Amino acid sequence: MAQYEKILLKNMEQPDYSGSLADYERAGGYQALRKVLKDMKPEQVIEEVKKSSIRGRGGAGFPTGVKWGFIPKDHPGPIYLCCNADESEPGTFKDRQLMERDPHQMLEGMAITCFAIGAETAYVYIRGEFRLGAKILEKAVQEANAAGYLGENVLGSGRTIHIHIHAGAGAYICGEETALLESLEGKRGMPRFKPPFPATHGLYQKPTVVNNVETMANIPHIINRGGEWFAGIGSPPKSCGTRIFCLSGHVKRPGNYEVPMGIPFREFIYEVGGGMRSDKPLKAFIPGGASAPFLTHEHLDVKMDFESVAMAGSMLGSGGVTVMEEGTSMVWAALRLMEFFYHESCGKCTPCREGSAWLTQILQRIWNKQGREGDLEMLVDLCQSIAGHTICAFGEAEVGPILSTLKYFRHEYEALIREAEATMPRRKEIPVFTH
Amino acid sequence: MLLERFKDEVENILSRYPVKRSALLPLLNLAQREEGFVSEPAMRDIAKVLDLTPPQVFETVTFYTMFNLKPIGKFHLQVCKSLMCALVGSDDLVTWISKKLTIAPGQTTSDNDFTLSVVECLGSCGTGPMMQVNDDYYERLTEETVGRVLDDLARDGDCPLKSGPFMFPLPVAKS
Repeated sequence: MAQYEKILLKNMEQPDYSGSLADYERAGGYQALRKVLKDMKPEQVIEEVKKSSIRGRGGAGFPTGVKWGFIPKDHPGPIYLCCNADESEPGTFKDRQLMERDPHQMLEGMAITCFAIGAETAYVYIRGEFRLGAKILEKAVQEANAAGYLGENVLGSGRTIHIHIHAGAGAYICGEETALLESLEGKRGMPRFKPPFPATHGLYQKPTVVNNVETMANIPHIINRGGEWFAGIGSPPKSCGTRIFCLSGHVKRPGNYEVPMGIPFREFIYEVGGGMRSDKPLKAFIPGGASAPFLTHEHLDVKMDFESVAMAGSMLGSGGVTVMEEGTSMVWAALRLMEFFYHESCGKCTPCREGSAWLTQILQRIWNKQGREGDLEMLVDLCQSIAGHTICAFGEAEVGPILSTLKYFRHEYEALIREAEATMPRRKEIPVFTH
Repeated sequence: MLLERFKDEVENILSRYPVKRSALLPLLNLAQREEGFVSEPAMRDIAKVLDLTPPQVFETVTFYTMFNLKPIGKFHLQVCKSLMCALVGSDDLVTWISKKLTIAPGQTTSDNDFTLSVVECLGSCGTGPMMQVNDDYYERLTEETVGRVLDDLARDGDCPLKSGPFMFPLPVAKS
């Protein structure tokens, strides 16, 4: 099995590495921040990140350097950086490992980003459930403040960089960047219309960059070894660098694995992940978290990069790869995911708020052998009324499981409906859906 | 008044944000940490400190799932039910807990020790089935280990099986 160089996970995999400031410095930490403050101008830092072609690691995959470049140059400010540590996409658990095992890596990335975009204040929006992670980050910020890597007059440069840890309180939608900003402002976390984008009207309507934890963790390495080095790894020119993919489901070795982008799913699941947990073959897998449409065993040779997965009809998304073995009901899987989306819908847009409830109701009926003729057409009709008709991408996300399982496993839905029609007498009354 | 008791902490929280309302979630967290739930007097307190109306505080509280509007048991057992945990047996985990404590999801034991809830993805999908108990994660649970967790919590208020800083899989030790 090919051995891949670890970049983000390198420190934490050394024996006796505790993630403390002393350990991080010993491993070469904060050299990039020193270099940036001493030898580089903000525009040069943005250029280097643009050269690396790094794309956001949260799920949307927007080119990071380009995003930084959108901050208006002559704005009176203040400018803000928000690190999106809300990791709530089912199937994803990489940011948790990065934050809890090597917090300074991401803090250094944030400090460099603040310098590049002209921000003096940064917030880490960490999901409320990650209590341990928040505690570890608070301690790391204190260590960095005491050592002069953060705070007033960072490393004698005259620059101010303050990082604050802000915990959420249980809302998947607050991982959406504008909902995150609303939540940071102390309101209900409901997404905003875009445009305007956070780069011009973000936190408190000031220019703001929102970046994922893993994106931030890459920045010190890009500065240390150069944007060109990063752009040479993985699958250039569109999918550069490594990614930490999260493997879960019916495999022998679930967990976080850092591999270069572009290796095929087959290698990732069977070699890196140890293959299926039993003798049951692979039936379907999700390539990029719950928002990504299902793929089947026919797609195992698809490469794990943004374009290849998009061409296969899904998305690389958050990098959460979930494997399902033969014997897993695809209707049940779609129902589980739909229940998640129904629960997490913020309620702002009518198609999503009402549609997610309705879709869940229909799927529950089908799964409980109460399906009827016309249900599948209604599912498709509803999905088409939701996707593209919402303020944020949640609408597209929630219809992914149903549409993809209908595409590849329609026979399972039909079998359940046939079973229902054979065993249930025709009812006159309409079943009532209780929350 | 709740916030009077924690004046220093409240001031520290307020100092982090240029706009007062941003301190709402941290202050609600403080209130729940101290009282076990977000009470109406606490919400009124917080509204006063932040120059908000009580309904503005209440409407925000109802949006977020982690805030309890009513008191719950000493240990809040939150079992993840999302697909990735369900694939590796989260439904069984709920059954094991229900059987041992003789309560269903949504209920609290009669001695008020445990409240059982099913929740959505907790960000631990490679180490399921798992649950969050108050501030701690308990992962890769079996019927045996979850029984041990519940016994330890009831007896000692803590359990050594709780997760430390997350890394999975653990690196193979180099010889």
